[in-house]
Amino acid sequence: MTLRTQAARESDVVRSDNIPLGVFPCTFGETGGGAMEATSKPKLSKNLMRMKFMQRGLDAETKKQLEEEEKKIISEEHWYLDLPELKEKESFIIEEQSFMLCEDLLYGRMSFRGFNPEIEKLMVQMNAKHKEEEVEDVTMEADVSDEEMARRYETLVGTIGKKFAKKRDRAQYDEDENGNIRPVKAKKTFLKPQD
Amino acid sequence: MHCWIMAASPISSSGPRVARTMLGQVVLPGEELLLPDSAGPGTEGSAEQTLRLGAVVRPRTRVVCGPGLRRCGDRLLVTKCGRLRHKEPSGGGSGGGGGGVYWVDSQQKRYVPVKGDHVIGIVTAKSGDLFKVDVGGSEPASLSYLAFEGATKRNRPNVQVGDLIYGQFVVANKDMEPEMVCIDSNGRANGMGVIGQDGLLFKVTLGLIRKLLAPDCEIIQEIGKLYPLEIVFGMNGRIWVKARTIQQTLILANVLEACEHMTTEQRKQIFSRLSES
Repeated sequence: MTLRTQAARESDVVRSDNIPLGVFPCTFGETGGGAMEATSKPKLSKNLMRMKFMQRGLDAETKKQLEEEEKKIISEEHWYLDLPELKEKESFIIEEQSFMLCEDLLYGRMSFRGFNPEIEKLMVQMNAKHKEEEVEDVTMEADVSDEEMARRYETLVGTIGKKFAKKRDRAQYDEDENGNIRPVKAKKTFLKPQD
Repeated sequence: MHCWIMAASPISSSGPRVARTMLGQVVLPGEELLLPDSAGPGTEGSAEQTLRLGAVVRPRTRVVCGPGLRRCGDRLLVTKCGRLRHKEPSGGGSGGGGGGVYWVDSQQKRYVPVKGDHVIGIVTAKSGDLFKVDVGGSEPASLSYLAFEGATKRNRPNVQVGDLIYGQFVVANKDMEPEMVCIDSNGRANGMGVIGQDGLLFKVTLGLIRKLLAPDCEIIQEIGKLYPLEIVFGMNGRIWVKARTIQQTLILANVLEACEHMTTEQRKQIFSRLSES
């Protein structure tokens, strides 16, 4: 297939120049292609057929045949030992050289009577981890109390709201003493004039 | 042939002994120990039957052989002299110690690097990106400068030659040079790293370290009541102590070195004298 298209392209190039074929001293084939003949299908090597671009045009059957041939070649070349199958001995004994597994040793760094507070905190942490591995500490210590969180969120609403408010509405946001923005409570709507 | 010999018999009689009967007794290198049948106690009859039939008794539960023991076929071979110990697996454990752990409680002064051990090392050389740390083993361990918490290529840790390092081994076997790090698997220091200024480093036997680090050690509890202090224990037999004054530090070092050979009463006397003064 590809050969034909190549040939067609080359013939087009020649014709577009409006030069008659006969003028050229070198003799092209009937199709105007290279040295390849288009009349009989050329014999392509196996390696060429195995290349990816050749595989696209093939049928499923020819693909299977090629695969089988390849497998045959590979399995014939494979070396194998002609021995009876040995059963793998499963060992139930594991070797460990560490004392940490044998004896429950405490953590190596210690501090007493407040000499090094960080180490004392670490001691509690590591020894607790070692004793109760299953019970996980789910409740995390809150750095900020819940009330303060609620207060912060209140002011946060105002700050973000100010960002998206138009220029005229920004004047409605008034600032606290601390610089916290208090959100606006009442929006100015159209007041119908009373007659 | 497997023979069942009770523990009271002399070692000269042939045949390996069952490990369970030897707990707490002195074992010598070269002895072989049988692992008990997985079926549990009270199956001596069935065990003998299987022996007569010629079948090999295979323990079904996994047994861990710790320091001082080696695997030798289906049996355990003793490689160090000491007392045989055993630990049952914990009830809700993760299955790692299924069948229990056997080990030999021996005494020695020379440390052999073991993976996972926390040790105190002294920085002996600084070559490029690597520190050479003396841990008391056959060769100095290597410590990369990136193995500290928060260390990057630009932000190098402040480690000088002669500093004390508390770290753990990640690679420690007889074929390779030991490597240590000062962070855990999550990247956090957890107390590892450079040990601070002042203080005193001294060496004790490995058995004493394990005795002091046992969960129910009275010595540590009593020491903690004397005065504010800080101690770091390295599994390589090194202890670093620091107290407010030099005299307190020296007292502490002497007490820890001597408590290996003291009886409980002597120790209590000394502590009461110290707490008075």
